[in-house]
Amino acid sequence: MISTAHVLVLSLALFTLGVVGMAVRRNFITVLMCVELILNAANLNFIAFSRQLGDLTGQVFAVFVITIAAAEAAIGLGIIVALVRLKQTVNLDQVNVMEG
Amino acid sequence: MRADLIALLPELMLATLAMAVLLAGLASGKARHGLLGAGAVLALAATGVTLWLAAGATDPGAHFFSGMFVLDHFAIFFKALFLLTAALVVLLSHDYLKRNDYRPGEYLALVMFATVGMMTMASGVNLAVIYVGLELMALSTYILAGYFRREVKSHEAAAKYFVLGAMSSGILLYGLSLIYGATGTLDLATLARVLASAKPGPSALVGVALLACGFLFKVAAVPFHVWTPDVYEGAPTPITAFMSVGPKAAAFAMFLRVFIGGLAPLAASWIWLVGVAAALTMIWGNVAALTQDNVKRMLAYSSIAHAGYALVGLVAGGPAGVNSVLFYMLVYTVTNIGAFGFVILLESRGYAGETVADYAGLARRHPAAAFGMLLFMLSLGGIPPTAGFMGKLYLFAAAVNAGYVWLVVVAVLMSAVSLYYYLRIVLQMYLREGDGAEPATLVAAPWTERVIWACGVAVLVIGLLPAPFLAAARAMAGAVGLL
Amino acid sequence: MNAYIPVLLFIVIAIAFPLITFVFAWILRAGRYDPIKLEPYECGNPITSEAHDYRFSVRYYLIAVLFVVFDVETVFLFPWAVMFRKLALFGFVEMLVFIGILVVGYVYAWRRGALQWV
Repeated sequence: MISTAHVLVLSLALFTLGVVGMAVRRNFITVLMCVELILNAANLNFIAFSRQLGDLTGQVFAVFVITIAAAEAAIGLGIIVALVRLKQTVNLDQVNVMEG
Repeated sequence: MRADLIALLPELMLATLAMAVLLAGLASGKARHGLLGAGAVLALAATGVTLWLAAGATDPGAHFFSGMFVLDHFAIFFKALFLLTAALVVLLSHDYLKRNDYRPGEYLALVMFATVGMMTMASGVNLAVIYVGLELMALSTYILAGYFRREVKSHEAAAKYFVLGAMSSGILLYGLSLIYGATGTLDLATLARVLASAKPGPSALVGVALLACGFLFKVAAVPFHVWTPDVYEGAPTPITAFMSVGPKAAAFAMFLRVFIGGLAPLAASWIWLVGVAAALTMIWGNVAALTQDNVKRMLAYSSIAHAGYALVGLVAGGPAGVNSVLFYMLVYTVTNIGAFGFVILLESRGYAGETVADYAGLARRHPAAAFGMLLFMLSLGGIPPTAGFMGKLYLFAAAVNAGYVWLVVVAVLMSAVSLYYYLRIVLQMYLREGDGAEPATLVAAPWTERVIWACGVAVLVIGLLPAPFLAAARAMAGAVGLL
Repeated sequence: MNAYIPVLLFIVIAIAFPLITFVFAWILRAGRYDPIKLEPYECGNPITSEAHDYRFSVRYYLIAVLFVVFDVETVFLFPWAVMFRKLALFGFVEMLVFIGILVVGYVYAWRRGALQWV
């Protein structure tokens, strides 16, 4: 039997992987995958809690988050395509013309 | 059902008109800047009228869509502010887009979509609704930041904004999921009841902390501000103006609604966190702005600092605190849009007009423009008789009355520091001569000029006669149940 | 127990159908092989290069993006379809509005040339 605690541990691991990955990886596509990890970690939580509480809100919200994640991925990929057309790179460090 | 749709009518209308603008832009291509711009402004104005009618037809205390959506005075104030911001930005963009030869259709539609998102954020009393509104706003602004496809800087801004924005949304969402798990609800009123009746467990507190991180990110508070300077510098200038006021005000609306409203029972555990963030934001924003030679970057740090001031009002809390934040958002919006309007006017050769040196001798060549910029700089610095002074006065008064004297001391000290970099531009304009090689001149941009005029007049009027505006803000936040 | 008989029948048919098809194909097909027949594009398109030697064009992403966006919208269609009777006319109208918005997006992508291989 999988309890809510098991799911929580998994989601926490995914969330941490996502946040750390976003902070240390410089490849834009990897960063995009990390965004998905974070959002889906939250989704797992919503669904696990929804089951535990016997309340549908969490599952419905998860559906919305899936859509938002898709839109986010689409925009991220759009930015990458535009970037590649201009600079021929997907590396974030090579798109640094400003100070920061 | 009918009442629900009436309450949502402004958003429905703006979304529909935004799609119409998108398709019209497709049909007409690049040529019809004037037509599409006029269409967008009319659409925003029509939405404003609809908002007024919808507000009259609904009960401000009522909840719609099974308690997910409200149209209270707080929401109406913010929605009117967002519509005003969007209309000003559309007008600011008109000449700029034309000059740089970019398609207006998608641009205008995205500004309108972002506005729909912001309006939803102001009205949502359910964390799910607020989150969806937030994402609609954020996704539209990511694209807008990268809209100038031929500029590397614009791409860089979009990429950085996207990465950090997506991370903050993710962290915020994870916080929401933990709060949902701990309390079993996403509804703010129920949340407040549950949190007040039982001692919250550690997971709820972690959730609140993550939520606070996400929100501080969205208002660009220290230590979550690193994206701001690069994004503001790289984005097309009208979009920088938009990002610095619209999404920021929307983030504050959400911040107030969620923290002062739903999470009020936990105030003891988040108020110090926000207070410290406010102090750090004011200190770092102002100190970092001192060394900037690029005016857009300087204004970016200045906007970080201003978020810090507004956070002081949030920490103060209560009706007075909320009032002062609403009033400050109005003041900050007109001032900042005016200031960015000047940066647009001065952009004569590509990205020029952005360095402080470009302002040298401006007073001699363009006395009226220099006077306008002086006005906006004084307002940002908080010098009477401008609106900025009144805004700060009420914020700080609210904080002192709530007992946060130390925060106000920091705020006043930092306002004094900020005068250095605001007056540096004034100094350049009035006392320095340009090096003469290729002096920056104002480009012909009638609509940008008109927006600046309007903002300048507003800054003076609010500064000299703040009473009606304050009364409006007070009436708006008067019944601060927020839930 | 009788309630499970249709399920059992379904399983039997599901297994039998491909098996029968395979057997028929095996009986009917000619069974001649030559190098051209074994190429990746059986229809006879000459291949221009080995797949693993070159990276894919970034344009694939554009198509993928459009696919992802429109694909995920079915997430909302599914619960509506399950609850179709209960949601009645209101749900139907709501879904029409939703699909209408998608059509606006589709028309935009199409007219803007996003579906074209440039």
